[in-house]
Amino acid sequence: MSEMKKIKNLKEFSTSADRFEGANLLCPGCAHSIIVREVLNATNDDLVLSASTGCLEVCTAVYPYTSWDASWIHIGFENGSTAVAGAEAMYNALKKKGRLKQPERNPKFISFAGDGASYDIGFQWISGCFERGHNIMHVVLDNEVYANTGGQRSSSTPIGGSNTTTPAGTHSYGEKQNKKDMMAIMAAHGGPYVAQVSPNKWKDMVKKIQHGFSVDGPVFINAASQCCTEWKFDPKDTMHLADLSTDTLAWPLYEIIDGKELNITYRPKNVIPVEEYLAAQGRFKHLFKDEYKYLIKEWQERVDSNWAYLNRREEARV
Amino acid sequence: MANTGWDEFEIGAMLRSFDGKIDDIAGTLQEDRAYSQNNSFVASVADWRIEKPVFNKDFCIDCQFCWIYCPDISIISRDKKMIGVDMDHCKGCGICVEVCPTNPKSLLMFPEHADEEAELAKWPEKDEEKK
Ligand code: SF4
Ligand code: SF4
Repeated sequence: MSEMKKIKNLKEFSTSADRFEGANLLCPGCAHSIIVREVLNATNDDLVLSASTGCLEVCTAVYPYTSWDASWIHIGFENGSTAVAGAEAMYNALKKKGRLKQPERNPKFISFAGDGASYDIGFQWISGCFERGHNIMHVVLDNEVYANTGGQRSSSTPIGGSNTTTPAGTHSYGEKQNKKDMMAIMAAHGGPYVAQVSPNKWKDMVKKIQHGFSVDGPVFINAASQCCTEWKFDPKDTMHLADLSTDTLAWPLYEIIDGKELNITYRPKNVIPVEEYLAAQGRFKHLFKDEYKYLIKEWQERVDSNWAYLNRREEARV
Repeated sequence: MANTGWDEFEIGAMLRSFDGKIDDIAGTLQEDRAYSQNNSFVASVADWRIEKPVFNKDFCIDCQFCWIYCPDISIISRDKKMIGVDMDHCKGCGICVEVCPTNPKSLLMFPEHADEEAELAKWPEKDEEKK
């Protein structure tokens, strides 16, 4: 086991040598790369990475360029987690046979995928990796929509969002199904660590990623990835949106250990009404029309009841 | 490899991020790496920008907020000090300016064609209204 990288504060963190490169083709202001940097910079160990089909994959591997300074593989939309799990299984087999050239190195196996490739298309594959107990980390870059293909709704899209396949108009307020609770589903697999993160809370992120590296078994990380293109806000406001999502509790930060123990890791001093989070995004603009305003109230009720539920679980340690 | 067409690869081909052997990437800063022609580091997205950030080191407190939140690895920090912006990789999103906590800000956006020296010479004063 190699030593965990020491990151006491942001100044110390800023001495990291990035292993993710610029001149990738992600939109200006995209949170994907902020999250990827925070995850990769949390360790100095070697990396074995995959990306399932999605914005991150198509924008960082445009021939003749790669933006990755590590082993990186892409196969399909659904199987990034399985590709990394396969590499991990092979690594362990070679280690057992004593055939590793540098057995002292302790590579980290990380699979990156969007919500489309995690909540929908790749779900079965991630579930399989968890059931088999691979020592991998699956990181969801959750922008709540199929952004790469033009903004179709996914099972992560929240109620009331206007998307190209669930547009808001005179007959509809947009998406009607509630966001899938992936955290609960993944925790139910019984893996050692499941955590929700957001790039604005970098310290919380690094702590959780490092904890994920330290445990034995599959780790699931759900990262809020604020998408200026599909959520429709100014690219300069990405971190403002992230702050709104954590401080309205629309995106609560918590972790679940061994599928049971739930810990809330961030409690905003001043909880902001969720209306402000919705108002900052064009995809919810129509909710402020008189006929749809009741949905804002329902949004707040959903956020409140989810927060109460998380608190009850934290207290009960179940 | 860089000149091979995308449909001319042989099975098992691999793009290398670096030329030659590199043993400790996480311990090697960008300026000390032998990037290959297949690494996007050697490319530029400077022509994406409409506006560009200008850095005024006189007000900077080296908090590194801009470093952590820049999506494009374009804030250059060395030895815990912010030393400038990588203008080949900056896409001009403006996040660094938004998160900069100083008063006046140490980073501000200007039109791409603006003259940096001239803008630095007339940098805004401290805003007394803000705390
Ligand atoms: S404008 Fe955006 S891309 Fe350019 S340095 Fe600032 S945060 Fe980075
Ligand atoms: S955010 Fe502003 S004060 Fe902080 S390091 Fe960057 S330029 Fe300096």
